[in-house]
Amino acid sequence: MSERQIQLEVLRYNPETDSEPRFQTYSVPCEAEWVVLDALNYVKDHLDTTLSYRWSCHMAVCGSCGMMINGEPTLSCKAFLRDYPDTIRVEPLVHFPIERDLVTVIDDFMEKLNRVKPYLIPKEARTIAEGEYRQSPAELKRFKQYTLCINCMLCYSACPEYGLIPDFIGPAAIALAHRYNSDSRDGGREQRQQVIATKEGVWECSFVGACSEVCPKHVDPAAALQQVKIASTVDWYKEHLMPWGKS
Amino acid sequence: MSRKPYVREVPKTTWYFRQGRYMRYMGREVTCIFVGAYALFLLVAIKRLSEGRAAYEAFLEGLSSPAGILFQVVTLIFVLYHATSWFNLTPKAMPVQRGEQFLPGGVIVGAHYAGWVVVSLVVLFLAGVF
Repeated sequence: MSERQIQLEVLRYNPETDSEPRFQTYSVPCEAEWVVLDALNYVKDHLDTTLSYRWSCHMAVCGSCGMMINGEPTLSCKAFLRDYPDTIRVEPLVHFPIERDLVTVIDDFMEKLNRVKPYLIPKEARTIAEGEYRQSPAELKRFKQYTLCINCMLCYSACPEYGLIPDFIGPAAIALAHRYNSDSRDGGREQRQQVIATKEGVWECSFVGACSEVCPKHVDPAAALQQVKIASTVDWYKEHLMPWGKS
Repeated sequence: MSRKPYVREVPKTTWYFRQGRYMRYMGREVTCIFVGAYALFLLVAIKRLSEGRAAYEAFLEGLSSPAGILFQVVTLIFVLYHATSWFNLTPKAMPVQRGEQFLPGGVIVGAHYAGWVVVSLVVLFLAGVF
């Protein structure tokens, strides 16, 4: 196995002693097939036990280990060292406050996610005796890609609108609202529209498209937001020009 | 233990220098200035037309000057970039599902280009080119 020496520049912040974050460089002997998360684990195990960061699955499923790696929002478990130069800069996800080292405060996202009701609100309540809510493969296909979101928040770090306007509900939450609005079994669109068809909702989005570019699961939040804009515009015209067309 | 989260401010006026994709986005957005400028230009043309033959001919002569040609060439480049960059984004905003498959993005983009050609031909027909 070949070994490579990587200089890992990590943004550190200790709320108990620091007034602002500072970079600390670690020299890490890395195996060729390692990812950035492996290098951080090496630091934690062998060089500096005080380094804090979130991770869990190491396989791009849990969405915990998102960080800025050389300025790009990335899952550190998916960032292969072979794709990076010998010096790698690791920072906590931007647009979120830093709790400690690479750990960010994610309360804002959690609150927004909660507001869009990202769960099935059945169109009609069925008892267990009445059987399951059935759905055709074509109906599933309509929203399937949006179900792949792992709430890793890379899209919030990529989105300049969220950085500038923190009230913006943001890519992942709106994409998940769209996922449930597009579900043939769901009847909660009107409730979600009150949250997402607003200025802080889709209308803060100016279609930069960065959210979709950084998504590690190839979800396309930018597409979801544009589709919500079109559907909301159609709603507006129906309401104001064709009152009889209101459903 | 008390918490003391550290907030990193986003620079309000220079944020788009941070990433290449933000610069590309700003490039696309800036083109709207040229679209607006050409709309104003057309309004001026209509005003000159309403002022009579002499005024309109003087206006046309101005268009043939180096500055007039430069304005039209630069505007054309930016308007073309504006149109194509938006057309290329249409499959995201308007996906078309047929059964269990989505139409390829190229078909949706192509339909927009086809519509553009048809509208252009209609305009040229109304202008008496054919």
